[in-house]
Amino acid sequence: MNPLLLAIDTETVIAKLVLIVIVISASLVIAMYETYAERKVAAFIQDRIGPNRAGPFGILQPLADGLKLFMKEEIIPATSNKFLFILGPCLAMLTAMMTSAIIPWGNKIEVFGRTVDLQIADVNIGILYVFGVVSMGVYGIMIGGWASNNKFSLLAAIRGASQIISYELAMGLSLIALLMLTGSLSLRTIVMQQMEPGHFWNIVYQPLGFLIFLVCAFAECNRTPFDLSEAENELNFGYHQEYSSMKLGFYLFAEYVNMFISSAIMATLFFGGYDMPFVNEAALSPNVAAAVGIAALMAKIIFFIFLFMWVRWTIPRFRYDQLMNLGWRGLIPLALANMLITGAVILWLHK
Amino acid sequence: MNATQGLFWFLSALAIGSALMVVTSKNLVYSVLYLIVTFFAISGHYILLNAQFLAIVNLIVYAGAIMVLFLFVIMLMNLNTETEAQRKRWLKFAGAIAGGCLLLVMVATLKRADYKSYTAQTSQGDIGLINNLGMALFKEYVVPFEISSILFLSAMVGAVVIGKRD
Repeated sequence: MNPLLLAIDTETVIAKLVLIVIVISASLVIAMYETYAERKVAAFIQDRIGPNRAGPFGILQPLADGLKLFMKEEIIPATSNKFLFILGPCLAMLTAMMTSAIIPWGNKIEVFGRTVDLQIADVNIGILYVFGVVSMGVYGIMIGGWASNNKFSLLAAIRGASQIISYELAMGLSLIALLMLTGSLSLRTIVMQQMEPGHFWNIVYQPLGFLIFLVCAFAECNRTPFDLSEAENELNFGYHQEYSSMKLGFYLFAEYVNMFISSAIMATLFFGGYDMPFVNEAALSPNVAAAVGIAALMAKIIFFIFLFMWVRWTIPRFRYDQLMNLGWRGLIPLALANMLITGAVILWLHK
Repeated sequence: MNATQGLFWFLSALAIGSALMVVTSKNLVYSVLYLIVTFFAISGHYILLNAQFLAIVNLIVYAGAIMVLFLFVIMLMNLNTETEAQRKRWLKFAGAIAGGCLLLVMVATLKRADYKSYTAQTSQGDIGLINNLGMALFKEYVVPFEISSILFLSAMVGAVVIGKRD
């Protein structure tokens, strides 16, 4: 008999399903409004107005964009591999959404006399699950680029994939230092530790680790200055050149979902997750504390999303050799040194 | 049949079916993708055994990294052409014989092994959880563990040296 499968009662399943629906739809809506925010931030930085026609302040612009993508003609190139051509954007979207399962969005809430964790799954391997999903994210790009049967798409796909696997290494190494501090892989435990009185957020203990993680997150999301796989001036349009209509929309959308999720992970790992500073959550009633926590997490996430956009409209794109040099000769040795120093300090303190 | 058994049979069928597809599919890219499905099925088995760490590391290392390199090679060498000439017949024979030898060795070993007392217990054991695994690796088996990591390091250095020579 399996205690894992039998221990779940119907109410838990329903609660989890509701939570999954909420998290997925919230991610999609936030990703939608990220596209709007991107254009507004770009406009702000370049001293323009930005989209202002659809609704007040152009607030309906994402809906108009989405409708436009849906109405476009669906083109599948004759020489492409049809099945893989459709599988590519599906995989990109799927892997972008899957990471949201283990992020703790808040503490417990009480509904109908039941206590519900605001986390879809608190798995034992925690952050490793994120790495597993991120390493699957390569396939969306590679399969889509290859199945298009276009040299530019293929080159862009290979660029993107090699960039992602190169930066995964530095990302993992920078996290090892953090994990040595926390001693746990579970994201909920990591947040709990940061909420303890007398314990600062992890950014205080791991500033260098955070910096490396941030740079790697930019590279993993294919964002400027690392959007080499979408370099228009070299590769026309990148790996999604042959795509049209909503399949293209899925690729573009997956990037925004990725941005949202990686902002959430950075906030959780280094900035205390759903911890509101200077507020003692334990003194509040559970539902109020959960609401405060969600608001705090969202504020941190929005800040990081703004950072992503700020950097995009400020820093020009790297050259490909600069990108690889930074990854292999810059970040990996730095992350290794950070790991060794952290280990040595922990050993020295626990002597 | 409870849920665990159902999952077990589903994952086993998936693993064996996709492993067969790896060998039989004509298109090399499909072979790689089926191999990834096989790794997923095997990881599912690990999760049934409550070995979550092993499951996710299997996915990260094999499905996430090594298979990407396979795809790189296949895509860059453009091996997907379906007009590829038939391989020589003796090559097929050699492959069949080599594979058969491996199968023979494995069957012979498993036949002698005392598998009845080692039947896997689904989700009962907790050695696969990361705390216990770390303790076992760094206390009881620390010497073999470190030796194998030195082996990996030397392989990495060797790969870099070979890559630099030209």
